[in-house]
Amino acid sequence: MKMNTKYIFIALLLSLSLNFSWAQAPKGSVLIKNGTVLTVTNGTLENTDVLVENGIIKQIGQNLSAPSGVMTVDATGKYVMPGIIDAHSHIALDVVNEATSPIVAEVRMKDVVNPYEIGIYRALAGGVTISHAMHGSANVVGGQNATLKHRWGMNNPTDIIMQDAPRTIKFALGENPTRVHGRGNGQQPRTRMGVEAILRNGFNEAIQYKKAWADYNQAKSQKGNTAVAPEYNERLQTLADILDGKIIIHCHSYRADEIYMLINVARDFGIKKLVFQHTNEGFKVAPEIAEYTMGASVFADWWAYKFEVYYSTAFNAAILHQNGAITSINSDSAELIRHLYHEAAKTQRYGGLTDDEALAMITINPAKQLGIEDKVGSLEEGKQGDVVIFEGHPLSSYAIPQMTFVDGIKYFDIKEDSDDQRQRISPTETVEPILLSEENHRCMQDTEHLFETASALFQMNQ
Amino acid sequence: MKRFNKTFLTFLIALLPILSWAQIDGEFIKPQGGKFLLKNATVHTITKGVMANTSILIEDGKIAKMGSNLTADGAEEIDCSGLVIYPGMIDSGTTLGLVEVNSVPETVDYQEIGNVTPNMQALTAVNPNSEAIPVTRVSGVTTTLAVPQGGLFSGTAALINLVGYTPDQMFAGFKGVVMNFPSSARRGRWDRRSDDDIKKDNEKALKDANELWEKAISYNELISKGAELEYYPEIAQLAKVVSGELALIIEVNAASDIQNAIKWTEGKNARFIFSGVKEGWRVADEIAKSKIPVITGPVQDLPSRESDRYDAAYSNAGKMAKAGVKVALRTNESENVRNLPFHAAFAAAYGMGKEEAWKAVTINPAEIFGLQDQLGSIEEGKIANLIVATDDPFETRAQIMHVFINGFRIPLSNRHIRLYQEFLDRSPGLKTN
Repeated sequence: MKMNTKYIFIALLLSLSLNFSWAQAPKGSVLIKNGTVLTVTNGTLENTDVLVENGIIKQIGQNLSAPSGVMTVDATGKYVMPGIIDAHSHIALDVVNEATSPIVAEVRMKDVVNPYEIGIYRALAGGVTISHAMHGSANVVGGQNATLKHRWGMNNPTDIIMQDAPRTIKFALGENPTRVHGRGNGQQPRTRMGVEAILRNGFNEAIQYKKAWADYNQAKSQKGNTAVAPEYNERLQTLADILDGKIIIHCHSYRADEIYMLINVARDFGIKKLVFQHTNEGFKVAPEIAEYTMGASVFADWWAYKFEVYYSTAFNAAILHQNGAITSINSDSAELIRHLYHEAAKTQRYGGLTDDEALAMITINPAKQLGIEDKVGSLEEGKQGDVVIFEGHPLSSYAIPQMTFVDGIKYFDIKEDSDDQRQRISPTETVEPILLSEENHRCMQDTEHLFETASALFQMNQ
Repeated sequence: MKRFNKTFLTFLIALLPILSWAQIDGEFIKPQGGKFLLKNATVHTITKGVMANTSILIEDGKIAKMGSNLTADGAEEIDCSGLVIYPGMIDSGTTLGLVEVNSVPETVDYQEIGNVTPNMQALTAVNPNSEAIPVTRVSGVTTTLAVPQGGLFSGTAALINLVGYTPDQMFAGFKGVVMNFPSSARRGRWDRRSDDDIKKDNEKALKDANELWEKAISYNELISKGAELEYYPEIAQLAKVVSGELALIIEVNAASDIQNAIKWTEGKNARFIFSGVKEGWRVADEIAKSKIPVITGPVQDLPSRESDRYDAAYSNAGKMAKAGVKVALRTNESENVRNLPFHAAFAAAYGMGKEEAWKAVTINPAEIFGLQDQLGSIEEGKIANLIVATDDPFETRAQIMHVFINGFRIPLSNRHIRLYQEFLDRSPGLKTN
């Protein structure tokens, strides 16, 4: 009897561990018929079908027929576009900032992913299938971000992480890191000089760390060696991985001078994988951003909420794009993420971009900046089946997303939207809280203890 | 030779502003007064339908004449064929002009210290030269309500036209005292008060409000009987609400608070306007029955409760309008009031319809503010607040071609546009040579 229990226990453990290792994101099939297909990379196709099989776009063409058992969706009179990608988001994260040191490269957002956050469903209702869940902007070198696929309804955080996306890390320049550390913690950096020094010091330390390991590995191969391994350091290892081109930097930045500074630092250290985030003054150094980096991910029209964005322009995206920089439009907000198609459309008011150029800003361009352009970001055969169906052209202010598919599975359908879409209801709150000023902007969340008043915090959150 | 140089230099200096700050249309840098004839446009009057091939004569700041065969008679002619004309849009709740940079306290002028400060005048703190004003008006928003924030009675809001160099030149004819109705909702996640504490705070706030109201009634009665009273600016200002001289704009959002606010107004003799009204859709019929008009927004906003449908804020204005509430829209923005047309488009798409959405940014606010004979539609005799566009101004692809405010032709330029002109093709570019 005792033996039996033990065996059952072991069997249970085994099955559990197997379940975890087998846990795989679901994939589906769907045939979307007769839509106006906005491929983004290959123009617009009228009266065209899109067939997704097992999560992959199998065929785009006319008069396709659904394999048996595959759901057909009639998109006559509707627009079909690739799933929208948000290159800057903080939804589905339990915490945002580890504000304890100017460099916290060892921190990983994939450890704090919350698959139950209603923000995921609301983003799907805006046609967004992928978001870049970023660390906050409290540190010069922040934590490593997670690229999420919005598979609403999964219980395991692993299942909403895009496992085949490359590693990315958050950097931040300017007011936020200097305020948190220089003013909040009384340590460097307090100025933009200090920000550069933190970066150069960090990368030089990482070079020494790399060398110590290289020396050890070489010594180890000698016969009869007595070499002792250097102490493993996750923080420095991550910086070393950046130097080795294994991680894409996504850097919170506003002013042209600080953007230019990081371009110089990156060039000095041979770093090529660099994307600027926010980049409100990117337009002033657009030729440099185009020449030396993977471009900029910007707001459509946010400005003047803090001093370092006072001298900015809503024409930023258009100027960057026309200068040849890869440009995307992001949300950084649980509200704005729901209408990125509309934010992208503002590049037509401010700069007269074409439909394809505007749509690229929320599809293929952010895909390039996240290193996933071979998998998503356009409607092409062989890519992942992330698709949105719109009533009205997505760049019209009156457009309404109707259905959103991730890997061929429908996660949002406006006709099935129920009065309560929550996955988990708080057991401790008997009355549902009413929040009038929802925290839209979480870039500085979890740094509250450093500031005295709620209003200071509010202003900082902006 | 020397003389020639001097003349040439003067000429160059005179030209310099034009060269370095050339407008998109290359014409002028300051608002132009005068007589204008906008020729052959499709005119969306809002109140009198759509008029094809119609011209509008602007004179003395007013819409002097409308018709198909108007003669210029000395007016500057502006060809508008193929273009549409709408009334300038009104944003019924903003902090535009009251703040320059939100995170820099020295530039924030919308919130005074104190809980009862109805005498604080938003109009005084409006900066006519705020960078955000030219950024706003090129989008077709010509008129905004400048609203003070915070406390129980925040101050006195003022409607302004976005042209002029003094607040008085900008003033558009409406003022209202702002009250924040005691709120049962949390201010944000950082608001850690217990439910009991919130309830106690609210009861105290409402008691305060009632006492102040009684004082205002007494004050008003005594004054009207010719009494000479001690200087009491807060109550003197509230007395103007009680007497009906000023409206009371009540910021209220949660459904139960809206119901309480309706009850609170019953039996009180004043002009009430509700503002915010985020959960108005839950109690739309009750608001309609109360006949209190509503200023709601932002439309592009998150639902107030996690369980709400994702489009609760998008569809709120439409649901209230359908129930029979008179609805005006606001962005509640400062630097991005320019997005009002897009908020209106979202309201239109999510149930309000374009026609009603246009009313919510034109004639409805004009009526709510008691200025329907001056603003909110294109009719002869009204103030010339007009926008000329290539297409439906709610669409991002539309370009706004001309803006008139108070009859002044507005330069279509601002810092955003100037930066575009300077940096689109920067010189020097990547290389210095």
